[in-house]
Amino acid sequence: MTDNSLPATKMSARDVHVYYGATHAIKGVSIDVDQENVTAFIGPSGCGKSTFLRTLNRMNDTIPIARVEGDITLDGENIYSPAMDVVQLRARVGMVFQKPNPFPKSIYENVAYGPRIHGLAPVKSDMDRVVEQSLRRAGLWEEVKDRLHDSGTALSGGQQQRLCIARAIAVDPEVILMDEPCSALDPIATAKIEELIHELRGRYAIVIVTHNMQQAARVSQRTAFFHLGHLVEYGVTSDIFTNPRQERTKDYITGRYG
Amino acid sequence: MTLFPLILLAFGLALIGWLVARARAARLQSSGRERLHSLPGQHGWYVAMWIAAPTLIFIAFWSWLSPALVVDAVLATPEAAQLPAAGFERQAILGEARALAGTEGLGAFNPLAETLAPAFEVYIARYAWIGTGIAVLLAFAGGAYAFTRIAPAFRARTQVERGVMLMLLVASLIAILTTLGIFLSLLFESARFFSIVSITDFLFGTVWSPQVISERDPGATLGAVPLFWGTFFIGAVIAMAVAIPLGLMSAIYLTQYAAPAVRRWMKPLLEILAGVPTVVYGYFAALTVGPALRDFAALLGFPYASSESALAAGLVMGVMIIPFVSSMADDSIAAVPTSMRDGSLAMGATTSETIGRVLLPAALPGVVAGILLAVSRAIGETMIVVMAASGAANITLNPMESATTVTKQIVDLLTGEAEFDSPKTLAAFALGLTLFVITFLLNIVALRVVKRYREAYE
Ligand SMILES: Nc1ncnc2c1ncn2[C@@H]1O[C@H](COP(=O)(O)OP(=O)(O)O)[C@@H](O)[C@H]1O
Ligand SMILES: [Mg+2]
Repeated sequence: MTDNSLPATKMSARDVHVYYGATHAIKGVSIDVDQENVTAFIGPSGCGKSTFLRTLNRMNDTIPIARVEGDITLDGENIYSPAMDVVQLRARVGMVFQKPNPFPKSIYENVAYGPRIHGLAPVKSDMDRVVEQSLRRAGLWEEVKDRLHDSGTALSGGQQQRLCIARAIAVDPEVILMDEPCSALDPIATAKIEELIHELRGRYAIVIVTHNMQQAARVSQRTAFFHLGHLVEYGVTSDIFTNPRQERTKDYITGRYG
Repeated sequence: MTLFPLILLAFGLALIGWLVARARAARLQSSGRERLHSLPGQHGWYVAMWIAAPTLIFIAFWSWLSPALVVDAVLATPEAAQLPAAGFERQAILGEARALAGTEGLGAFNPLAETLAPAFEVYIARYAWIGTGIAVLLAFAGGAYAFTRIAPAFRARTQVERGVMLMLLVASLIAILTTLGIFLSLLFESARFFSIVSITDFLFGTVWSPQVISERDPGATLGAVPLFWGTFFIGAVIAMAVAIPLGLMSAIYLTQYAAPAVRRWMKPLLEILAGVPTVVYGYFAALTVGPALRDFAALLGFPYASSESALAAGLVMGVMIIPFVSSMADDSIAAVPTSMRDGSLAMGATTSETIGRVLLPAALPGVVAGILLAVSRAIGETMIVVMAASGAANITLNPMESATTVTKQIVDLLTGEAEFDSPKTLAAFALGLTLFVITFLLNIVALRVVKRYREAYE
């Protein structure tokens, strides 16, 4: 589907470079992420998709050797400025990882984790409501409502991943970053997550990394193709897949490498 | 021949067997049409094994049996008729005579020993030669048997493998059997103690005063409760109050905050603490910490504080135990997958929130196991309390008062001049047994917890 109105930009990166020690992993990437659309990052493995995604909520700060240069803004505010509170930033820009990583706590406590540390729901009844709402939005409520106090790690892989999405939703973020959220899941669980992404679109700006091009075509409206640390091409998903402008994009789409 | 040359002989013969067998197998290999199943060297090892193993087993057996044979032979001589019938003196004379045998011109304490010494000399030599003869015979028999089996199709390699396996098994059995032996000897001596003093008196009695044991009721002053209280108070309360927080915090710092370079030199430094000899901790506690605490207490207005306080021993013991707690905690925190940590940080949690709410709860079983092992180490610790704790068996909650521990009392009981059968000496074994059982149980629980925890993350 092509969308011709100019959508609002949620996050924007200008000339971003990332280094891991001497390794130059991201080389001058500039991109605007829309509020209304799902943006997919595709590209061969090792090209820097995860690295770039992690610059958007400053998770690269947790890697001692990583260094980020350039400007990244969230609603026009530079997230790398000293005035930015990383704790607040990560509450606004949530993240879902490649491998489901629920905490070894109950389902309820997993979802309540974020609201608790940010003091969002001081009263128990508020917390109950937040937990229920988040699980509903993540499409998990019906499956777990009778066993909220069972361990989150006892769920199936697909349920765990939706629990992680619920956990991210619970602090009411503005952006959700997903790093290959389906790569550890079977096709049925994958379909559920993709459906969920459709439902979440609009409420949250979503960026998803995927190595599966069909998935990018199914869930996203914007696609960015990365190669060797460069952003090669960025545009409307259907254009990228049917009518790529760059030779390298075409080679990748047609399966010449990757 | 004495033991050491005999063992050398066995190895020498094995070496010869190895060379001969290898040469023979090599000849088979170069001349025969068939391929050898095993390499010549493996045939060599097979023969060497068959020479060394029976011979060494016999030597071990013989060195245990021959002294008794010698004594029997000596007792059969006419001179032995003058020995006192039984008991301590008879043993002493025999022992002296044996020591005199083979030495020239040493005067004997007991003239009878001097008359028996030549007989000892003769029989020791005789049995040594018999032993050597049998050993050599066995070596040749084993070697010959193995040598005749050398053939192209013979699977020497498999046989050698089996031999190696057996040797390793024996090595590990020796450690287990030793533990069992220690336990049984403790059990045996304790049984003698409990035939004099009732178990309930010992386990539940609250008066410990082995200096004044009454003939009629020895159990009245051999109640172990004050000792176990002191042990628990010093080793599990005071020492852990130091070791748990310091050990945990250093583990958290090292795993979560320290830069890799800092961690690289700090972790080994911390582990050096575990390598300091406990006697050094002991005099640190007795000469530095104890008096300092006493003076400090005096400043606070307790003029009669003892320098042998429970606090001094416990504090120093706690420092000694820090590496046990910190290295177990370090391992189990590091074993929590990084994805947990990332998940929490990505929710906007700070590092310390992540540690408190995710990492520590996940690592808790490992941490608890580390603490249990540390406790078991602390209550078995002897040197610090021998040097720094007092002998006064008080049941007290005041850390400035003196307290004593099981291990210190065992040392005191066994270094006195009591005879070997008295309830006082035997009490040491009963204390040892009880301590052994307690630390054993603590270790089992700790290992189980660790195991369950490992399974949770694999
Ligand atoms: N923690 C790290 N330390 C050092 N180098 C890293 C680290 N993470 C990623 N890299 C390097 O950065 C490059 C990009 O990796 P990544 O962003 O994971 O690629 P992708 O997600 O596209 O597969 C790779 O060359 C990778 O080796
Ligand atoms: Mg990746």
